[in-house]
Amino acid sequence: MKAPDLLKMVTRTINFGRTRAVLTSLGITIGIAAVALLTSIGEGVRSYVMDEFSQFGARIIAINPGKNVTGGMGGILSTVRPLSLQDAEALRQAPYVEYVVPVVQGAGAIEYKQRTRNVDIFGVSADMPAAWRFAVAQGRFLPRNNDARSSPYAVIGHKVKQELFQGESPLGQLIRIGGMRFRVIGVIEPKGDMLGFDLDDTAYIPADLALDLFNREGLMEVDVIFSPATDSTYMSALIKKMLIQRHGREDFTLITQDQMLTSLNSILSVLTLAVGLLGSISLLVGGVGILTTMTTSVRERTSEIGLLRALGATRAQVLSLFLAEAVTLSTIGGVCGLLLMGVVTALAFLFAPEFPIRPHVPFLLIALLLSSLIGLIAGVVPALQASRLNPIDALRTE
Amino acid sequence: MSVANRSSSSPSQLKSAEPVVALHEINRHFQLGEQTVKALDAVSLELLAGDYVSVMGPSGSGKSTLLNILGLLDRPDAGAYLLNGAPTQDLSEEKRARLRQQNIGFVFQSYHLIPRMSARENIELPLILAGTAPKERARMVSEMLERLGLTARASHLPNQLSGGQRQRVAIGRAIIMKPKLLLADEPTGNLDTQSGADVVTLLEELNTQGITLVVVTHDVELGKRARRQLRMVDGRIQSDLRQSDVSD
Ligand SMILES: Nc1ncnc2c1ncn2[C@@H]1O[C@H](COP(=O)(O)OP(=O)(O)OP(=O)(O)O)[C@@H](O)[C@H]1O
Ligand SMILES: [Mg+2]
Repeated sequence: MKAPDLLKMVTRTINFGRTRAVLTSLGITIGIAAVALLTSIGEGVRSYVMDEFSQFGARIIAINPGKNVTGGMGGILSTVRPLSLQDAEALRQAPYVEYVVPVVQGAGAIEYKQRTRNVDIFGVSADMPAAWRFAVAQGRFLPRNNDARSSPYAVIGHKVKQELFQGESPLGQLIRIGGMRFRVIGVIEPKGDMLGFDLDDTAYIPADLALDLFNREGLMEVDVIFSPATDSTYMSALIKKMLIQRHGREDFTLITQDQMLTSLNSILSVLTLAVGLLGSISLLVGGVGILTTMTTSVRERTSEIGLLRALGATRAQVLSLFLAEAVTLSTIGGVCGLLLMGVVTALAFLFAPEFPIRPHVPFLLIALLLSSLIGLIAGVVPALQASRLNPIDALRTE
Repeated sequence: MSVANRSSSSPSQLKSAEPVVALHEINRHFQLGEQTVKALDAVSLELLAGDYVSVMGPSGSGKSTLLNILGLLDRPDAGAYLLNGAPTQDLSEEKRARLRQQNIGFVFQSYHLIPRMSARENIELPLILAGTAPKERARMVSEMLERLGLTARASHLPNQLSGGQRQRVAIGRAIIMKPKLLLADEPTGNLDTQSGADVVTLLEELNTQGITLVVVTHDVELGKRARRQLRMVDGRIQSDLRQSDVSD
């Protein structure tokens, strides 16, 4: 029997029992739509998060105080030497290093005239805009200072400017942060949210002043951006060696952007897979539907099977006829499921463009394959039953 | 109708033919609880090419069982079955299917047409199973429809056809592969006199053209038309009458 003929016979049969076919495929349709949608949302969330994180660039190494031994957060051990501004300065002199940003982060109130606003405060260095890819919209960023105590300058986020200055130009104005006076010299361009964290509701001040302000001994983090001429493995080793030399031991933790993205990526991929598997439960139900329909079908068409055998059909041919029918039923369901998913995606795109839904073609193809596979598996038992029928008994059945 | 015209070839020229089928001491027993039913009991039989055989006998005498064995649908419990001189007992199920496809046509009392296929498609079915090319198929089926006088009914579904038409479609399907052996189990059982006569005429015409025809029937008139008449009782061939000529 030729493949096109097989397909024609199968579609004829399916078309003849249309209502039943539709109901049977519906289970698979819903299952595939669920799997495709869930994985698309998972993939959407993953790529959204990854985009957000990689805007800092890939050639960044974050150094945190404390050795992360057990996988928990370090920095609580008493013997840990704090990361100092001198450490940061030393790293700046190392080969391949392009920018170094010491980071002290805290929250505090900013006062201007009668207005007060609680914001995130970052103590950083002049390298920050280049390192983190922030652009200055107005004025300039914190100046570089060598050794000497920094001038009390501040650069504010877009929202702080709007809320605190309300149309006035903030440049040159004096503000008060935790009792210290700072002169505003610049405004950072709007950055929007990152994971619900408002990047525009912030103020940037020199790291040494931030240490005083928050009464901290050491930096919370030092970010090192290195040149594309080298790689993160080499740079990690170099930084580690330098800091061990300075501290006498390894009491700090390096996280490369690669590692960060890789672990984040794998966590989110596992999540996507997990929701996909959850959706597959509905596919299982669809598979049972196909099994039921095919079993009924074999019983109803017993005399037909006998006839086919009398006409010279081999067992293998009968088997392939029924298998093909099951696979076709489930594949039709799969295709409809993807169409349904496409409609939902299009609606989401039209009415809720921010909703992170991103159809991932390999996942969709896998979903389609999966639907065919389910048909194959669900069809095996009924098809084997059909092929093993004794032709005489089958013919006798009316 | 273009079928009734069976004056052409004379029976004498078919006499010299070699046996198409040879059954030797065939047993087919069914175990029903304690009881063994001997549906076929040491049956030996030779059919020659071009034979026209009727099988008659009381209900349960083993007529259908004999036909099933001849058609390779069933396996004997003991004995030898040679088809075209080659033994068939030890062949695999798939090989028997192939032999069936190439050599044997079946006609059933209840037609066994596939309800969702048109007359044309039902006749085409064996060719599809055999993997014949579509063009070749179309030509053969059209010829067959013409010969059966069913061209105008080609696209009708079985439930849109009369009983006689259905049986003619079934016969078309049975002979589209040009088998040597045509087995008909009560082919007129469901038909009125006129349609039954038409079907018989068609079968006899096919026999005249060389096909070996075996007809199981309860209809004495029909049985007497055959040149060779078997009578079965309790799984045995009780009598095997040959007529030197066809008598009406
Ligand atoms: N599959 C089977 N299982 C058990 N017994 C069977 C089976 N097939 C046939 N028989 C028995 O074998 C005997 C012969 O049956 P068969 O069908 O050949 O009779 P028949 O001559 O065709 O009868 P009828 O004229 O009623 O069609 C019967 O007694 C029947 O009950
Ligand atoms: Mg019978």
